[in-house]
Amino acid sequence: MNILELKDVSMTYGTVKALQHIDLTVGQGEWLAIMGPSGSGKTTMMNIVGCMDKASDGSVVLDGQELSKLPPRGLTAIRRDKIGLIFQQFHLVPYLTALENVVIAQYYHSMPDEDEALEALRSVGLGERARHLPSQLSGGEQQRVCIARALINCPKLILADEPTGNLDEANEKLVLEILHRLHGSGSTIIVVTHSPDVGSHADRVIVLEHGKIARTTTGALLHKSA
Amino acid sequence: MKKRLVFANMILRSLTRRRSRMLAALMAIAIGSTVLSGMLTIYLDIPRQLGREFRSYGANLVLVPAGESGIMSMDDVEEAAEYLPPDKLVGVTPYRYESLGINRQPCTTAGVRFAQVAKTSPYWRVDGSWPERSNEIMIGSDIARFTGITPGTQARISGHTRDMKPFAVDMTVSGVVGTGGAEESVVFVELSTLEAMMGAGGQVNLVEISVEGSQRELEEMAGEIGANVPGVAPRLVKRIAGSEATVLGKLRSLVFLVTAVVMGLILICVATTMMTVVMERRREIGLKKAIGAESSAIIGEFIAEGAALGLAGGLAGAVSGFFFAQLISVNVFNRSVAFDYIAVPAALAAAVLVTVLACLPPVKKAADIEPAVVLRGE
Ligand SMILES: Nc1ncnc2c1ncn2[C@@H]1O[C@H](COP(=O)(O)OP(=O)(O)OP(=O)(O)O)[C@@H](O)[C@H]1O
Ligand SMILES: [Mg+2]
Repeated sequence: MNILELKDVSMTYGTVKALQHIDLTVGQGEWLAIMGPSGSGKTTMMNIVGCMDKASDGSVVLDGQELSKLPPRGLTAIRRDKIGLIFQQFHLVPYLTALENVVIAQYYHSMPDEDEALEALRSVGLGERARHLPSQLSGGEQQRVCIARALINCPKLILADEPTGNLDEANEKLVLEILHRLHGSGSTIIVVTHSPDVGSHADRVIVLEHGKIARTTTGALLHKSA
Repeated sequence: MKKRLVFANMILRSLTRRRSRMLAALMAIAIGSTVLSGMLTIYLDIPRQLGREFRSYGANLVLVPAGESGIMSMDDVEEAAEYLPPDKLVGVTPYRYESLGINRQPCTTAGVRFAQVAKTSPYWRVDGSWPERSNEIMIGSDIARFTGITPGTQARISGHTRDMKPFAVDMTVSGVVGTGGAEESVVFVELSTLEAMMGAGGQVNLVEISVEGSQRELEEMAGEIGANVPGVAPRLVKRIAGSEATVLGKLRSLVFLVTAVVMGLILICVATTMMTVVMERRREIGLKKAIGAESSAIIGEFIAEGAALGLAGGLAGAVSGFFFAQLISVNVFNRSVAFDYIAVPAALAAAVLVTVLACLPPVKKAADIEPAVVLRGE
């Protein structure tokens, strides 16, 4: 079964054609990597799949729901219920502690549960730093808080836009370990990355160029060529 | 319940962990609220202040005899006085008029209580001094001119008692009265002294009363006296009671205007500050939306922050507002202001209302922020 189907999806910003006639299906439990040069439309695609932007053209079906027909409220609901977002810049609410940042994701979703949030932080190795403010955490630690937050509501689809872009090797390894764990437990993962190393962990890799899918390959092949 | 706790915690953290930014908004609200509650205190206190001020223009209520007789008994007057609120009563002066002579010149003589006259007619200009002993009298400036009597000299009061027995008494003229009115051709004697001369007492022709109160309150007092004390007929001194009401109205609308302007200024100031805050927090708002917050949740959070700011600023302002009012009152009215408890909740409510109102346009803007700003890293 497919969790995501893009048919003839285009996105234009004024005169900029960020995405052109994209066809893509992602199966349940698949790990997909999106690669490509800067400006090729990777983030644009994540925004559309993540229900943060509407495609100018084409159809996007996420978990059986056609996104282009949904009102903003409906998009918010899908974002909340089905998607876990991880960003390149470790976006955290600056005045809330690590724990509070995870708790608000529960709060917007349904019911806050501090124990569960603490458990999520422990699972990314941050049990001891739960009461720290983002400014008191390292970049890698902040990214792991973001991951804990993305996972807290058990999303069907995890979207990560360059999750390791600002991390050193050790932290990159930690994050990849977490993604592997999630993948192992059946989550669908879409990762945008510039690093072939990160891309090689995926089941399938697509390469975008000028808003089009230029190539499709597998993580294993990518690894060999790298 | 748990959700509300998380909400409250989030608002509290947002306000306390971003202190420097919030302090600016808080200052604006507190200063506005200070002016507001100060003005309100004065607004509420103006009638009292002005009432006192206006009492220096003389009596605003007089009692005249009800029937044709032209006289009323002091018993009735005292009964009537019971209907006047003691804490607002400035003075009650009975007048008894007799036709007597001074140094053989015929003159109208009024028996009064000097201690009370000083209160009901504070505008009298006295050359010399007010009488202090029973053998001291005061004369109008016209009479002084006719007779050539000067303050501190002797004058002979003569006439006939009620039993038509002639009498003549030497008195000391302690002062000469100038008012610009009829008082200038009258001789004033302490009432009890006049009663002793005439051999009859307990009756007066006119009573002047100075009492604090709005025109409506005065009308109520007059109504009660008229209804309950048949011997006397109360009359309002319209000129004074009326102009008091006019000036009061004008002053109040002035204060009202200033308050409205101040409210407008806080509105703009808070709205600008909140606008900056919203711009600074675009990412945070986008982030919250990206992780599933509805626009309504964002709106709720910003309004709650605004309300909390308004409450804190309003509270600070309500307290300092009293001192502000005190400062104004002492400088303008030369007296301290009465603390009105109503001013505190009123200033608080106004501060919260204005702050929330000022937050609405920025909040609308916040609700419109797209979650996509987060991934683009704008
Ligand atoms: N809001 C926008 N308005 C106008 N143009 C935009 C907007 N967002 C993206 N673009 C344009 O769309 C194209 C694709 O941008 P996108 O952010 O998807 O690239 P990307 O592949 O994520 O690049 P990078 O690797 O640098 O993050 C670019 O040419 C960009 O300038
Ligand atoms: Mg990008």
